Amino acid sequence: METTKPTLLRRLMPLIIFAVLVIFLAVGLTLNPREVPSPLIGKPAPEFELPLLLQDGSFSNKDLIGHVTLVNVWASWCFACRQEHEVVKQLSRQGVRIIGLNYKDDADDAKQWLAKLGNPYQAIAADRDGRIAIDWGVYGAPETFLIDQQGIIRHKVIGPLSDQEKFDALMAVMQTLKK
Amino acid sequence: MNKIISSLILAVVLLFSVPAFAAPIETFKFDSPETEKVFHKLSEELRCLVCQNQNIAESNADLAKDLRLQIYTMLQKGQTEDEIVAFMVERYGDYVLYRPPFKPMTWLLWLGPLMIFVLGVFFAFRFMKSQSSVSQPESLSEEEIERVKSLHADMKAEQGDK
Repeated sequence: METTKPTLLRRLMPLIIFAVLVIFLAVGLTLNPREVPSPLIGKPAPEFELPLLLQDGSFSNKDLIGHVTLVNVWASWCFACRQEHEVVKQLSRQGVRIIGLNYKDDADDAKQWLAKLGNPYQAIAADRDGRIAIDWGVYGAPETFLIDQQGIIRHKVIGPLSDQEKFDALMAVMQTLKK
Repeated sequence: MNKIISSLILAVVLLFSVPAFAAPIETFKFDSPETEKVFHKLSEELRCLVCQNQNIAESNADLAKDLRLQIYTMLQKGQTEDEIVAFMVERYGDYVLYRPPFKPMTWLLWLGPLMIFVLGVFFAFRFMKSQSSVSQPESLSEEEIERVKSLHADMKAEQGDK
């Protein structure tokens, strides 16, 4: 109290505390509460076997092994899926293996949707009641999982791939797998 | 004019009127009242990920419906409450829990309020102490008393001069 220095610090203290609070809140505002990080990253893809949408036969988690694959969760009722569809098609043209997980959809609606907008998928597994999607921790479409050659989930994109930032993040992880 | 105002009022009222939502619990049949209790407890403690500020008991979202069915099926299979919670956390992360677990990641979350309280008490005490020391003047030394007296005497002498 005798010198002026501690009093200056004291007087600035509320301002400092306020600044720290502002920083915390500012960081909090930039986080998206809708994007829940998946606990499945780094773990093997969940076991499943689902009928194919377009052909007879089935698709299982074993069919993921040996390739770098994108598993794209989509549905004909999902507006954002339509938004990202061009990007999915473009990736497919570039030779990326994309498997569709048709989520809680009517088979006829899904087929019509593909006929109209194009089919970028190497295979489409139909999860009619959404039970398998629960195992994948899906909580909305579109979601996209990146699976490596060993069948391990390496990255998850929540929301449309047409979002440049999300797309770049996905590509960055994918590049490390292709070598 | 009156008509416009009244229709405006009606519009505003309608804007804020939300149809009363009954809790969308399906009619599941349980073997025992205990299982039913566990079902309700679980669906109240798990967060609906689509709507986020609702638990899956209250939510009308499709996913919440599916998860309720999932809980029901697991209970019917005889799985325990802990097993079902573990199942959800494995897939959706701790985020599905309205009561997050106590672990290094969440220490700040759980202990933060306590820390702030302790700090507050500490500063409050310090402040009160500094206040009480201000109000109680320290006793003066002999020398200082002498000085005050002589100053006082000087002042009197000066006043006397005038």
